Amino acid sequence: MMDYLLTEEQVMIRDLCRQIAKEKIAPLAAEYDKSEKFPHGIMKIIADADLFAIFVPLEYGGTGGRVLDMAIATEELSRACGGIAVCYAASALGTYPIVLFGNEEQKKKYLPDLAKGKTIAAFGLTEPEAGSDASAIKTTAVKKGDHYVLNGTKHFITNGGEAGVYTVVAMTDRTRGARGASAFIVEKGTPGFSFGKKEEKMGIRASTTCELIFTDCKIPKENLIAKEGMGFIVTMKTFDMSRPGVAAQALGIAQGALDIAVKYAKERHQFGKSIASFQGIQWMLADMATKVEASRALIYAVARMVDSGNTSVAKESAIAKLFASDAAMEVSTNAVQILGGYGYMRDYPAEKFMRDAKITQIYEGTNQIQRNIIALQLIKEMAK
Amino acid sequence: MNIIVCIKQVPETTEVRINPETNTLMREGVKSIINPFDMYAIEEGVLIREKVGGKVTVVTMGPPQAEAALREAISLGADEAILLSDRAFAGSDTWATSYTLAAAIRKIKDYQLIICGKQASDGDTAQVGPGIATHLDIPQVIYVKKVEEIKDTTIRVWRMTEDGYEVIEAPFPVLFTVVKEINTPRLPSLKGIMRSKQAKITVWTHKDIEADFAQLGLNGSPTQVAKVFTPAPRGKGQMLSGTTDDIVAGLVNILKEQQ
Ligand SMILES: Cc1cc2nc3c(=O)[nH]c(=O)nc-3n(C[C@H](O)[C@H](O)C(O)COP(=O)(O)OP(=O)(O)OC[C@H]3O[C@@H](n4cnc5c(N)ncnc54)[C@H](O)[C@@H]3O)c2cc1C
Ligand SMILES: Cc1cc2nc3c(=O)[nH]c(=O)nc-3n(C[C@H](O)[C@H](O)[C@H](O)COP(=O)(O)OP(=O)(O)OC[C@H]3O[C@@H](n4cnc5c(N)ncnc54)[C@H](O)[C@@H]3O)c2cc1C
Repeated sequence: MMDYLLTEEQVMIRDLCRQIAKEKIAPLAAEYDKSEKFPHGIMKIIADADLFAIFVPLEYGGTGGRVLDMAIATEELSRACGGIAVCYAASALGTYPIVLFGNEEQKKKYLPDLAKGKTIAAFGLTEPEAGSDASAIKTTAVKKGDHYVLNGTKHFITNGGEAGVYTVVAMTDRTRGARGASAFIVEKGTPGFSFGKKEEKMGIRASTTCELIFTDCKIPKENLIAKEGMGFIVTMKTFDMSRPGVAAQALGIAQGALDIAVKYAKERHQFGKSIASFQGIQWMLADMATKVEASRALIYAVARMVDSGNTSVAKESAIAKLFASDAAMEVSTNAVQILGGYGYMRDYPAEKFMRDAKITQIYEGTNQIQRNIIALQLIKEMAK
Repeated sequence: MNIIVCIKQVPETTEVRINPETNTLMREGVKSIINPFDMYAIEEGVLIREKVGGKVTVVTMGPPQAEAALREAISLGADEAILLSDRAFAGSDTWATSYTLAAAIRKIKDYQLIICGKQASDGDTAQVGPGIATHLDIPQVIYVKKVEEIKDTTIRVWRMTEDGYEVIEAPFPVLFTVVKEINTPRLPSLKGIMRSKQAKITVWTHKDIEADFAQLGLNGSPTQVAKVFTPAPRGKGQMLSGTTDDIVAGLVNILKEQQ
């Protein structure tokens, strides 16, 4: 076993999450995958265990807000179910803009309840016509007296409809292009804010992915995060923090798939021997384990870099997300292969890991976009 | 309400080994856990406190390592913990154990409710709870499976019986032993674990609880373990069938033959 020199607190987080994953999530993962229902009961367990406090600084009822703590928790929960884990991790995505850029009043108002898990958060950026190119968003926020009026539609929003607090990016000044976007806090229940289509998905089916619809939705001007025009800066800095979380989700899925593959390979007999005795299988398992461990080392290193206060982590965050999600896809696909025909069947958990792994290559920036970020930074660094 | 929960640290396995020479339990090398029934006792104490306020104090008698059980109880929501640890307590049987716990509880003084597990997974006697109540001369309700209503001076509970349950209303202070039907113990919380690592555990010796030395430990234990053995399995019984008259006649015949 690799030793990552975790602090005593991080070991506690890991062990507690592992216990929750094993005792409370794993037995229900297949059921939630089938029913595509939001796991309210499990979110309550996660909240009671103070795991939402991990995203929040001590002063606001959290446990410190370290990214490595969040990554460890997300990894362990994902080992049992990538869908349930993303309900958790997406709340971090919605919470970080307030942690990073919120003013004192906003932090006092929202963070203590988010830390307790009394409500969860969501992050609304993507629109039907604006995915990878986030600067193409059409949702507008127009200032009128002491409030802003929001109009537009966000789609594919994780925790949409379930979250109580939404961080939403909208254009306040179209003429300024990407510099004309701003981030806002919108509470569920605000008149003019409703939910549209709930998506049916290939994987992470325990999580809810939903449309947010704003129709003359009035929010107090105090809900602006940072300043007008800072919407994409808020977004990019949030992603720097949250991408290690997506990477950790991928890592947990890969580890879960590997665990199943090793166990099955030892138990399954063909040609009079366990299939684990075949070198062809052994080498697959060895490569899978290597990718999993390399992902973990990379993610923990990047998370520590963020936690040390280093602010230029865009490239490193992107590298971790890219590597871990590609590894998760490969490892989970090979896990299905090792289980053979059984791997393809819903009665066995391997295929779910493969379906769940796919999303990690897509959201919070597709892996093509991650490569763009990495390459752009490489070229910039070269020019220095 | 001030609630005292008595917990026992036990070996994790159910297959406790007995030292053939001394006839005592061999605890070496086995991981220790909180007696599973006591997890329900802790949870019920915490649930009641969450409902009506007050505090939950966990008490255990055991070697210094039993501190781990108390810390775990704090991570699960208990407020305070007292460890009764003293060479003088060693070798206690159920009488001496309940005497010692009762003395400590008398010292705590301000309490309305004591909760014990139904029985310990190693000793299995189910005597300690009732023993404590007897020593303290307070009412006891054993095998509680539900707390129905908490009033100012009384508490109404369901007590499990073999073929149903009894509803009992008891005045405070009162001692319960609880069965596993009563609740689902929660998992620890992160903040609870952090608090438990830092919590101060009070340690009391026989002096602190002002106990009668003669009643403690091996000296105070009337139980003499002569032999520990697994009883031989009982042979298959004989089934009689037919009408009631046939069965009775058959039975009388068999009894006569065997006389
Ligand atoms: C035949 C026999 C052999 C024994 N052998 C040994 C031995 O080898 N070594 C040895 O150390 N003891 C031995 N004992 C003593 C016995 O195991 C316990 O120490 C004891 O007195 C508790 O009884 P129990 O385990 O049956 O608990 P129970 O009466 O079944 O426990 C009921 C409840 O009482 C409470 N409780 C019990 N013990 C404690 C405690 N220590 N602190 C706080 N709360 C408690 C808990 O709430 C528990 O759920 C023996 C007893 C008997 C009858
Ligand atoms: C389950 C799920 C949950 C989601 N949750 C959230 C959420 O909580 N909040 C939120 O705001 N969004 C969320 N999203 C949206 C997600 O971030 C976007 O789907 C993603 O960024 C891709 O955008 P798109 O789907 O519009 O694809 P497009 O941008 O249309 O991409 C289509 C293809 O073109 C490629 N491509 C695009 N641009 C380039 C380029 N410059 N170079 C090379 N290739 C390129 C892409 O990599 C992709 O392969 C979620 C999506 C899903 C599926």
